[in-house]
Amino acid sequence: MNREHLRGLFSAKSARVNTNKGEEYYNSLYKRCKDRLEELKKLKPVNNVDIMEVLEDEGINRRDFLKWASAMTATLMLPASFTPLVAEAAEVMNRVPVIWIELQDCAGNSEALLRSDGPKVDEIILDIISLEFHETLMAAAGHQAEEQLEDAMHHFKGKYLLFVEGAIPLANGGVYGTIGASGETFEEHLHRVAKDAAAIVAVGTCATFGGVPAAAPNPTGAVGVMDIVKGKPIVNIPACPANPANMVGVILHYVLTGQIPELDSLLRPKFAFGYRIHDNCERRAHFDAGEFVEEWGDVGAENNFCLYKVGCKGPMTFNNCSIIRYNEAVNWPIGAGHGCIGCSEPDFWDKYAYERPMADANIKAPTGGVEKTVDEFGLGLLTAAAVGIGIHAAFSAVAGKKETCDIEEGDK
Amino acid sequence: MGKHIVVDPITRIEGHLRIEAIIDDNNTIVDAYSSSTMFRGIEEILKGRDPRDCGLLAMRICGVCTGTHYQRSIEAVEHAFGVTIPKNARIVRNLIQGALYVHDHVVHFYHLHALDWVDITKALEADPKKTVDEAFKWAKIAGTNPWVADASKFGEVQERLKKFVKQGRLGPFAKAYWGNPHYKLTPEQNLLAVTHYLQALDLQRDAAKMMAIFGGKNPHPQSIVVGGVTCVQDIKNPARIALFKDLLMNFRRFIKQAYLPDVYMAGTMYADEALDGTGGGLKNYLVYGDFRLDDTGFYNSKLLFPSGIVLNGDLSRVIEFDQEKVKEDVTHAWYKGDEALHPFEGKTEPNYTGFGKKENGIAYLDTKGKYSWIKSPLYDDHRVEVGPLARMVVGVAKKDPRISEYVTRFLKNGNLPVKVLFSTVGRTAARAIETELMADIMVEWVDELAANVAAGDISTWTEFDFDTVSKDAEGYGLAEAPRGALGHWVKIKDGKVENYQAVVPSTWNAAPRDYKGRMGAYEASLIGTKVANPEEPLEILRTIHSFDPCIACAVHIVDTKGRELGEFKVNTSCSI
Repeated sequence: MNREHLRGLFSAKSARVNTNKGEEYYNSLYKRCKDRLEELKKLKPVNNVDIMEVLEDEGINRRDFLKWASAMTATLMLPASFTPLVAEAAEVMNRVPVIWIELQDCAGNSEALLRSDGPKVDEIILDIISLEFHETLMAAAGHQAEEQLEDAMHHFKGKYLLFVEGAIPLANGGVYGTIGASGETFEEHLHRVAKDAAAIVAVGTCATFGGVPAAAPNPTGAVGVMDIVKGKPIVNIPACPANPANMVGVILHYVLTGQIPELDSLLRPKFAFGYRIHDNCERRAHFDAGEFVEEWGDVGAENNFCLYKVGCKGPMTFNNCSIIRYNEAVNWPIGAGHGCIGCSEPDFWDKYAYERPMADANIKAPTGGVEKTVDEFGLGLLTAAAVGIGIHAAFSAVAGKKETCDIEEGDK
Repeated sequence: MGKHIVVDPITRIEGHLRIEAIIDDNNTIVDAYSSSTMFRGIEEILKGRDPRDCGLLAMRICGVCTGTHYQRSIEAVEHAFGVTIPKNARIVRNLIQGALYVHDHVVHFYHLHALDWVDITKALEADPKKTVDEAFKWAKIAGTNPWVADASKFGEVQERLKKFVKQGRLGPFAKAYWGNPHYKLTPEQNLLAVTHYLQALDLQRDAAKMMAIFGGKNPHPQSIVVGGVTCVQDIKNPARIALFKDLLMNFRRFIKQAYLPDVYMAGTMYADEALDGTGGGLKNYLVYGDFRLDDTGFYNSKLLFPSGIVLNGDLSRVIEFDQEKVKEDVTHAWYKGDEALHPFEGKTEPNYTGFGKKENGIAYLDTKGKYSWIKSPLYDDHRVEVGPLARMVVGVAKKDPRISEYVTRFLKNGNLPVKVLFSTVGRTAARAIETELMADIMVEWVDELAANVAAGDISTWTEFDFDTVSKDAEGYGLAEAPRGALGHWVKIKDGKVENYQAVVPSTWNAAPRDYKGRMGAYEASLIGTKVANPEEPLEILRTIHSFDPCIACAVHIVDTKGRELGEFKVNTSCSI
């Protein structure tokens, strides 16, 4: 396989995200959103605050707010005409109660939420959503914390969004994680809290695909939420940790439409996971020109060359990091000179997270067992890359066929 | 007849922790047990991987101490390979970890710890004008001007709180311990602290951004590799260094004008507890040492935080640290074994015995037997505490000029005797002292980086021949996470990780009893504490939070793969 062929693969139209669904579709969606917002406005707010007042207190004017709304509209892949609706949705976000539970986690996604800059985290907590339960932030502990959870589940039965952070260990009857005075296992805990949720948002790669604890040999039998919770709408926001912009995006979309966003085959919202990192990478021109960093700190590194040969998995990874970046867009891993490790993909610890290109690495099978070198697989450098890309092209083709998952509020 | 209370979950921490306490008829804690209730198995997962890739995975031990496990893991491998990193890489790593320190300490104080000292409902009764006086009072003690000195600003915060409280649902502030008599701040002081709580929530994003400038993102940065760092572009670009410094200077101002004054305020209002030593606990302190200040290489460099051990709060004597003397005991942890072993020789035979009695839907720990997934580490057969207080105590005992200066100034300004350090208040104060010290020295580091790059040095990586150095090697990365001594030990054979272990801050602090029945640091610190209301674990939270628990880090791992526990052996020991 020659370079031309490879280039063809990388530059092929990817992901099949339909960014223009036609006037008729958007008109009807617009109307639906409008109706939904009117409905929500009639509801008694959980937090009785006016977001504009709050923003003004914070020194943010209407114009800044609309600027943010228009950026968020673009992130959600909606036409610009939806900007006023997104702004309105943000203003009625306080009708959405959120319960956030932590299982086999490292709190990285909670920390990521704290880095949210649009809206900022103090606004999120105090004014915008009603954060009913969040272990890392809440004042109460022990029995009082458990009471608060019970109370929120009861009070907002069928209405709350459940955010789940961390994997669920199933091995040996789930003894690897217990919570609460009764010593309930994480699995029991998740089922109990999921039962009356309107929808579940799994944040981070542990809650979505098992993540770190599920890496080979998966000592605790860790799985993601979708592996054990059935009969509920589930949105997966993977990445390690998930980008807070995508968490806010999902909440906004839910407020706006009463539905969870359009998902790919792995239940990831297409607005965030519809493109590969590679498609919008700032170093892409160097890939196309065949200019690569060959080893850390070399002339290529000094000149921002492509990181593919030092292990970048951007071509295999679906996520919007290359567009929205991190920490108020100040940087992102590829910006800091390190390749993408594929952290929003299932099994990435075993498939992608190493500093060599795929074909060069010792691949440890997700099931454990003996690892194989690429020679044993019989693949050369370029073919391995092509296979990786082929698989993902297939994924996106499947994803493209999956339609929006509709749910009405309270509809279980 | 006392009361046996169970606090599970302990909130406002990282990870899953349970505390049980026995409270006598005088409402005094007479016994306490600390138990970790979750583990993942990360050390087992690391075995067999390429040592160059371990850092990224090991970092996911914790998303709060993010980056620190990354660096320790990479350094353990560099130590094994005998690789010394370039000057730029050393400074960048110090800046990344320094950003973690200032971020972590500020978030810990305001968002994880403050509600143990601050009653937000009392802030509603405050007079915003008098709050300005209060702000000036404590800032003056800290030798500075207040961060906020505007009555209208305090008024706005109060209005916002009023609305929030009026609508009924308190979200994260619901069902807390408001009105408990052991809250001692005045309404104005509460309003001042709540104002800073909200501002810190906003500002912490800047400290995280500092880490992202050289790290790519936060949490979980991605620019450190065995041999150096990858962020050549970011250090080459003066605008990036300038942005870092800008954010640092502003955050440093918050530390000096809000954080330090608030700690003086809490320290003064809770001085009784500090003076009678509430929460003092073991009074044995251990520091591995961290932040290399020169390029002489592993364990030869001068360190910002010197290593050492101080026993019984005796500042006149320091024992030199020797990693050979770190051992782990499993008598009360869910593992088999009857002697304490060094991490390199450690064996882990899981032996989960579950809870003890169950009554009225409450499962109690089997405290006579095994009751935690955390082992009990020992240093030369001593139980010890680690963390900012340990670093300050050992620094003073070693007569480190910089640490002594900061600690002495704090005590002098606050008109406080040295003994207040050995308490819950002291632990919280030590963290603040350290934050100021770190913010100050980071300014020097960022200038040092800029000067070095301007002088034409842009090297970021040291080359090594992987195949040669990775044949048969072992090494350790010993350093200090914000919450205390953190070490990763790695054995490498034929290019793969043969064994991997970590002994981390919360292993030292959150451990259960040892083979002699001696308590761990959390447990010991609770004894003698008076509680106002046994139904409300306010005082327990206050002391446990003063350690800044990070339990995901502390928990041991096992390889079970669905097999029955206790029927097999694995060679990892220690704590993830």
